[in-house]
Amino acid sequence: MNGMIFVLGLLIIVIVFVIIVIGIYNGLVALRNRVKNSWSQIDVQLKRRHDLIPNLVETAKGFMKHENETFVAVTEARSKAMNAGNSGSVKDIGAAEADLSGSLAKLLLTVENYPELKANQNFLALQEELTSTENKIAFSRQAYNDDVMMLNNKVEMFPSSIIAGMFNFEKADFFEIEDKAEKLAPKVSFN
Amino acid sequence: MWELIQQNKRKSKFIFAGMFFILIGLSVSIGLAVEYPVGGYWGAFIGFVLWAVQSSVAYYFGDKIVLRVSQATKVSKESYPQLHNIVEEMKIAASQPYMPEIYVINDEAMNAFATGIRPEKSAICVTAGLLESLNRDELQGVVAHEMSHIINRDVLFMTFAGVMLGTINMISKGFIIGTRAGTSNSRRGRLGSGASKSHPALMLVALVFAIIAPLLANIFYYAISRKREYLADATAVRLTRYPEGLASALEKISGTASNLIWYNSITAPMFIINPMAFSNQDSLFSSSTHPPTPKRIGILRALQNGGKVSFRDYQAIYAKQSGDSKLLPDTALKDKSQIAVRTGMVAAAGVAAAGISRKGAVRNVTDLIMANNGYMFLPCTCGLKIKVPPTMGKSSTQCPRCGKFLTVPSVTAGITHKDDKTSPVAGAVSSFKRENPDSWESFTCSCGFAHQLSPLFRGRRVTCKKCRKIIQVDYPE
Repeated sequence: MNGMIFVLGLLIIVIVFVIIVIGIYNGLVALRNRVKNSWSQIDVQLKRRHDLIPNLVETAKGFMKHENETFVAVTEARSKAMNAGNSGSVKDIGAAEADLSGSLAKLLLTVENYPELKANQNFLALQEELTSTENKIAFSRQAYNDDVMMLNNKVEMFPSSIIAGMFNFEKADFFEIEDKAEKLAPKVSFN
Repeated sequence: MWELIQQNKRKSKFIFAGMFFILIGLSVSIGLAVEYPVGGYWGAFIGFVLWAVQSSVAYYFGDKIVLRVSQATKVSKESYPQLHNIVEEMKIAASQPYMPEIYVINDEAMNAFATGIRPEKSAICVTAGLLESLNRDELQGVVAHEMSHIINRDVLFMTFAGVMLGTINMISKGFIIGTRAGTSNSRRGRLGSGASKSHPALMLVALVFAIIAPLLANIFYYAISRKREYLADATAVRLTRYPEGLASALEKISGTASNLIWYNSITAPMFIINPMAFSNQDSLFSSSTHPPTPKRIGILRALQNGGKVSFRDYQAIYAKQSGDSKLLPDTALKDKSQIAVRTGMVAAAGVAAAGISRKGAVRNVTDLIMANNGYMFLPCTCGLKIKVPPTMGKSSTQCPRCGKFLTVPSVTAGITHKDDKTSPVAGAVSSFKRENPDSWESFTCSCGFAHQLSPLFRGRRVTCKKCRKIIQVDYPE
């Protein structure tokens, strides 16, 4: 009789333990999927930006004849960012995209000197698209980093850290784009 | 993070349960009064059925009805690219799986609202006036506020609470009218044998209940609505990270007196600014769905200056300004991340910023000319601005739209300040108290001459142009 109660109690403890482990495991999987999903959101927006840039450059070129340097910088930064997107890690992509943001910001600042271009309907539409895409990148980055933070906390904290270790859950990288636009504020020179 | 805030339903459930008890209590007491004791069950049953029918109508057709009646048209990305982009940005910022539908109301009034009891069928609706007058950052602030109503499930809660409030009001009004008719007619004839079973004491209890219940329900309803409005503001700046956008949008919207578009008491909490009231007070008994706009703007500006936009910062500033430390739900405050304000896009990207709409500008100029010619401006509660010619010579006028009678404000004469040395005007005999110094206000002098005070006027006295009398101008606290 006593033996049976002992076995039953042990069985209940084991079942409760298994349920807890399953719960934590499922939570980790859900978080990992969320991180993946929010990364794909960023990816969509980054690709969208890459697609927009050739159009923008083409439209602007017609008006800005003397800004070849700026165009080259943007185009180069774009191809670098695309390469990083195909092969690189989250950190590499972040660095390449930051460069692209910087050179784009520089281009848009130069546009200020060309009132005809600023009045061009086609360009205005492109600019709105680009602004919106930049915003979407920023907002999806925010959402992604929130999710990464949650996943990393779970992977590091006890008791979920044990299960994360058993099933090879890894910490994800934050997506950092260093804000180069601010550093690129117009430099005034009196030469 | 957004899921966490959604889960903060405990308080809302409490309020909701409270209103439900009021509803059932009211129906039971009326039922008991009409026929003791079986009437109690019937009362509860009828009250519940009324509520259930209205709620299911609101659940299944509410969105469509609201959009249809407000004559909103669904718009595509092609026709409104910027608006579409902004909504999409906010959808991404809130990491929502569903893209709300976008509607535009062809009305020059400035307002916006969200519908969507079910988040997958949500919609954000803005007026043409809003699109015309706001720049990108401001529009983003407004859209973020509406998106916050959707992700915080305010639409769901406020619609059901609104329906409940409506049902309570309906039952109590019906009962009061019914008893009035009952006492004047012969009751036996109307109610048959049932009337003989009615209990006079219970009748009295039911009557008292019928009077108190709507008041109680109103307090519940409006208090929760105002809190949710603050939460939506806090969530909006958490999404956009740019409080100044929403602040200046609110300023622009409240600056235009004509918030005329379609609304009712159920949809009012969904608008960005309460379309029903001119002065929004923040007291417990205030029957306004929205907190006072200047207060909302004040908090947002303080956030912008502080440089941080997390829920905790919003709460801290609110607590500092009003001494009340309970505003946002605890689940929102659990989020400890610090989020810095970003710079506005309008300045950075140089997107053409629209000022006041052309139509609005023309109207403003016309108003100025009329003001100069001695016309008075009387804002009616229905939203219409009535222009009264200086020669009218009557002390009240009727609103051409809603038919309400409005008194033409005039100076309060006969107050002598002989001994009062603190008075800025020595020996002033008349004074006028401004109700709303941020808008045009008019009053007549005791000699009958009409005066206008502009929103910019902050002087302490006015000299009557006709009788040269000095009129003291007082301001609210």
